[in-house]
Amino acid sequence: MRAFKYTNAPDSASAIRTVSANPAAKFLGGGTNLVDLMKEDVMHPTELMDVTRLSYTKIEKKNDGVSIGATATNSTTANHELIRKNYPLLSMAILAGASAQIRNMATNGGNLNQRTRCSYFYDVNMACNKREPGSGCAALNGVNKNHAILGWSEKCVATYPSDMAVALAALDAVVQVEGPNNSSRSIPFAEFHRLPADHPEKDNNLKQGELITAIDLPANQLAEKSYYLKIRERSSYAFALVSVAAALVTEGGRISEVRIALGGVAHKPWRATVAEKWLTGKEATTANFKAAAAAEMKNAKPLQHNKYKVGLALNAITRALEGAMQGGAYGTMEAESTSKN
Amino acid sequence: MQENAKFPDLSDAERKALEELMPDEINEIISSGIKRRHFLKLFAVTGTALLASHMLGIEQLMARSAELSTPPPLPIENGINLSFKVNGATKKLMVDSRMTLLDMLRERLELTGSKKGCDHGQCGACTVIVDDKRVLSCLTLAATCEDKKVTTIEGLATGNELHPMQSSFIKHDGFQCGYCTPGQICSAVALMEEAKNGEASYVTANVREKKAAVKLSDEEIRERMSGNICRCGAYPNIVDAIREVHGDKAVAQLWQFAEGTN
Repeated sequence: MRAFKYTNAPDSASAIRTVSANPAAKFLGGGTNLVDLMKEDVMHPTELMDVTRLSYTKIEKKNDGVSIGATATNSTTANHELIRKNYPLLSMAILAGASAQIRNMATNGGNLNQRTRCSYFYDVNMACNKREPGSGCAALNGVNKNHAILGWSEKCVATYPSDMAVALAALDAVVQVEGPNNSSRSIPFAEFHRLPADHPEKDNNLKQGELITAIDLPANQLAEKSYYLKIRERSSYAFALVSVAAALVTEGGRISEVRIALGGVAHKPWRATVAEKWLTGKEATTANFKAAAAAEMKNAKPLQHNKYKVGLALNAITRALEGAMQGGAYGTMEAESTSKN
Repeated sequence: MQENAKFPDLSDAERKALEELMPDEINEIISSGIKRRHFLKLFAVTGTALLASHMLGIEQLMARSAELSTPPPLPIENGINLSFKVNGATKKLMVDSRMTLLDMLRERLELTGSKKGCDHGQCGACTVIVDDKRVLSCLTLAATCEDKKVTTIEGLATGNELHPMQSSFIKHDGFQCGYCTPGQICSAVALMEEAKNGEASYVTANVREKKAAVKLSDEEIRERMSGNICRCGAYPNIVDAIREVHGDKAVAQLWQFAEGTN
């Protein structure tokens, strides 16, 4: 690992001032991704500003919704009564990710800032526009079975790894950010992460020195019917091939509101707006779920090795919506598929 | 008595039992320490698991090591002066900002019980408990541990009395090569607290249900222990070991020595 200066941030203003003044400085949360990337020499900040002791740990009611602090851990967040009761989709998504040890370390702000697990990004001997702009994309014509089927560019076909972020996309979360000179702004979740286009080196729209302080969850009626389905190559402790955050509200059998977000398919959590639009006002039936999923996947452009993801996403969207309709209790989908066999 | 000097952790009765049970091996043990076969024989011929685990425990199970004096701090680039607690003892030392908690434990504090498996947060062999939460020491920078309380495998036993989770891993043969075991046990010990606090997992039937102490099914144990990989595949025995400590009744021991192997 290369040399870096470590500072335990005394307060947010000086932490922000230091990091905005040094383009090679980074905020440090739980370090579960950044420390690993530094060991691999993929990232080499000259300065780490540890923000985990700043007072952004609160999870509390805000307006009609809930605000979760950026330095609260993923474990604390997933298990907080306000989240379990009102935003079970977020609890389920967090608990689907990583391991208990990593969730105990990882902060909410850090989760949103984690980098892709594209193996070419991790291998410093490979071309990667995200790691080294202008060097090319080794994944585009390489082994790309884990890569994007939506929204990718010739410059980058990486996917975004977070489960938590997929749920936050579905929940219309708002990211609260503090910046230099006492500035602050609110970033709607859909505008937080980016598609790669010509600048895959930028995962999100944060500027150097901007610090996430909280993530706000607006009130909704979705808690009764929400489900996070994660498809992976082993049943735990693996990144998603495809994941789906699904939540809906029905009135008299018809869908009055629906949220669908996909993980593992794009450079950012993919809000399935085509499917949502298709379903709104329709009956909540499996046939309609399938048709909506098909409408969304019409736009998919699979790569050489990941055509399977299109079919997987079709089925996963359908199953996740069915799971949400059944109250989101774990195992309902598994029991359902067993009884049909 | 020479044996007294060699087995300072054993009581007189235990020492006498050892001499009576294994007269042929006693000199070898004195000269080169207890070996796995001695341990197994003690375990098998006598059922005196307590004595056997005392003997093994001294060197392996507790992975206890001699306390070395902390070297005087020398100035280093980006050095961090740290003060924190490990297994109840306050430590003050200067570390390189790049040093992980795992390397600090192993290389600076001679606590080699925590193991370096992958060093990338993918195997769980380095799991330790920091401020009552299980974490990966290989991805924790030592510098972040100021004022924190670290518990490693070496800190679980009370004197020569093993932690119930350690005893249960022995009873259920929850390991083969043993490399992942310190991490497995630290992880399992923390898991008991998580269950008591009613924390949910991905396989929890309904996360919306009010939190109360949760009873862990085998499926729950497997999901919640998925961050600890065992290359030898001792998983069924690990689940048995954890279930015994978590539950209120003994879990049957599924193995025994074949006849004639005593």
